[in-house]
Amino acid sequence: MHANHARTPFDLGAALKDAGLVAGIVVLLTVALVGARVQDISSGPPVVFRFDDVIAAALLAFVGRFAIALLRGGRPRPVLIAALAFALGLSAILVHGVTSAGPGLTRLLPFASPVINWVIAIAAWILSARAAWLQWHATSTLDAEAREAREARMDRLGAMVQTWARFFGPLLLGVAVVLPFLPGIDRRLLDIAILVVTYIMLGWGLNIVVGLAGLLDLGYVAFYAVGAYSYALLALYFDLGFWTCLPFAGIMAAFAGILLGFPVLRLRGDYLAIVTLGFGEMIRIILLNWYTFTNGPDGLSGIPRPTLFGLPFTANPPEGQASFHSFFGLEYSPLDRIVFLYYVILGLALVTNLFTLRIRKLPVGRAWEALREDEIACRSLGVHPRNTKLTAFAIGAMFGGFGGSFFATRQGFVSPESFTFIESAMILAIVVLGGMGSQIGVVFAAILLIGLPEVFRELNQYRMLAFGLAMVAIMVWRPRGLLAHREPTVRLADHAPGAADAAPEMRT
Amino acid sequence: MSVLRVENLHAGYGHIEALHGVDVEVAEGEIVALIGANGAGKSTLLMSICGNPRARQGRIEFLGEDITRLPTHAIVRRGLAQSPEGRRIFPFMTVLENLQMGAVTTQVQHFDEDLERVFTLYPILRERRQQRAGTLSGGEQQMLAIGRALMSRPRLLLLDEPSLGLAPLLVRQIFSVIREINERDRVTVFLVEQNAYHALRLAHRGYVMANGKIVLSGEGRELLENEEIRKAYLEGGR
Repeated sequence: MHANHARTPFDLGAALKDAGLVAGIVVLLTVALVGARVQDISSGPPVVFRFDDVIAAALLAFVGRFAIALLRGGRPRPVLIAALAFALGLSAILVHGVTSAGPGLTRLLPFASPVINWVIAIAAWILSARAAWLQWHATSTLDAEAREAREARMDRLGAMVQTWARFFGPLLLGVAVVLPFLPGIDRRLLDIAILVVTYIMLGWGLNIVVGLAGLLDLGYVAFYAVGAYSYALLALYFDLGFWTCLPFAGIMAAFAGILLGFPVLRLRGDYLAIVTLGFGEMIRIILLNWYTFTNGPDGLSGIPRPTLFGLPFTANPPEGQASFHSFFGLEYSPLDRIVFLYYVILGLALVTNLFTLRIRKLPVGRAWEALREDEIACRSLGVHPRNTKLTAFAIGAMFGGFGGSFFATRQGFVSPESFTFIESAMILAIVVLGGMGSQIGVVFAAILLIGLPEVFRELNQYRMLAFGLAMVAIMVWRPRGLLAHREPTVRLADHAPGAADAAPEMRT
Repeated sequence: MSVLRVENLHAGYGHIEALHGVDVEVAEGEIVALIGANGAGKSTLLMSICGNPRARQGRIEFLGEDITRLPTHAIVRRGLAQSPEGRRIFPFMTVLENLQMGAVTTQVQHFDEDLERVFTLYPILRERRQQRAGTLSGGEQQMLAIGRALMSRPRLLLLDEPSLGLAPLLVRQIFSVIREINERDRVTVFLVEQNAYHALRLAHRGYVMANGKIVLSGEGRELLENEEIRKAYLEGGR
């Protein structure tokens, strides 16, 4: 499509119809969710109607869709002027609203929430940038050619990041190791770091199942829960410590993986995904209802904290026992425990990563990757598909179990509420967003998906929405993940890095 | 001694039966070609020898053992290698990794020797060993598929249309390597081909299949001179 302004025909009627349709869909979607709000009867009428928001949303959708139609039809100029004016105006009012508290201009804003207003302003800026691009470059990136070029560019980027990862990885690791001692690191940041590293570990664990073996698992949180409850129950019933229980928790989770995998792994793709989704919910519901054993919705509390070779991190250790600070002759600091927890999860995560990197080079790991690519070929080479998948499933589950028991010891409390589907979705999103099979991609995605919402607290209630949007965008533009690029497992000395891809491509 | 013996084999997909009682025998050290038109059931026969789709009736024997009810991976472990239809190499893995996948059923200590053997047969694979298999040309992919099958040290090699979509020069090259494998490494070969002329010239014996049945069999040269075959497969399209 070339934007040769005057000549290309533009179907005004179709564009208006399309925009109207989109606005209609927006009305349908928002009228019940946004238009009517049920509230506590003591603070006014039971239902508050906010149809002005619905109308504003529909209007914006109509205008935006029409603008996109104009861009596609090769008419960037009116869009450029309108979008730029709108973006400038909205941003100005928003900035004005921040700096001066008075009402005045802010009444012109389409919505009450500043976050949504900013999202709209950003959308307007993007629209005007795109219009400007089309105005002066006169080609659309919707061309097949342009898309291919973009695809190749992203692939090269993926390859580049993988190459960098060799230098960048150790650097990142160094930062991770010294992080607790960096200036400006307080309790809150350290807690976020622990959370991020936990998800990195879970992402790496799930990456074995989804990224390497290509088995879509929507119920990974089940193994996380099994690990957490294994530790909590063993500790509370048998009075065992964290380090004793850790291997057991892993084994229990792996066992749960085998138990689920055995009947289920003959299913493929979507079917497998749905069964694993069901399994994840089953585990949660069992934990919720088996009151005599798991304490049901009340959860288990008083789970012991981890110790450093038997040294607890408490201010006042029991009679005749040393604690961490008294043993090393330090002053007691509550932060010590947090720092220790951070190193525990960092260690666990690194073990997961080293394991994955190593097993990819072994026959089992290679068979996982081959199974992902072509199951029929694998079978004709003598690979036992079910057993091979089962090992991937069990090992992935084991790391989930390790993560779970860490979660239990960190919180000191577990309840079924922590193991809902959203956790599975989050971990899967980290793996998919990062690029399936890419270890460094998981790190970036975890920082992006876990770290950012912590920083942008207000967006939290729209997290699912942003999530969905990001997932759709990734699936449309980068179906194999942001940093998807497969590294060969064997490199020969006579080849420089990247030579495999630099070799001339031939096709007949 | 016969390496492979198929007796009265019935097999198919769903409600459709593709093979209606097929008898085939392959003796040790032979190259046997199976030719026939599209949809005759050639690939189905090859696939069901490997256990997928499963035989509904009849018996398949490999090295004297009944393998009719065994799962595919178990059959392959007994020394039968298959280069399936459409090559089915692993496109995102490198050439070397593809060959490593071919060796999953063998002992590790053979690996270097077997790899060297494949690289000697197909020197181009040595050059391209670090390249992603999906970026190889069609002919190279076919060589890789055969090489991968050879990595398992098979007693019997099943090849499904090795010449599919290749230029005449490459076809000749592929076929001469098949002969080399057979003569030097004593691998028995059973191949399915559309390219009847090349296949029958290469093979010691041949079977002709039509509508799920074997309609003719005999020596390769004999079949080449058969009037019916000339009409049906060699001079078709005129």
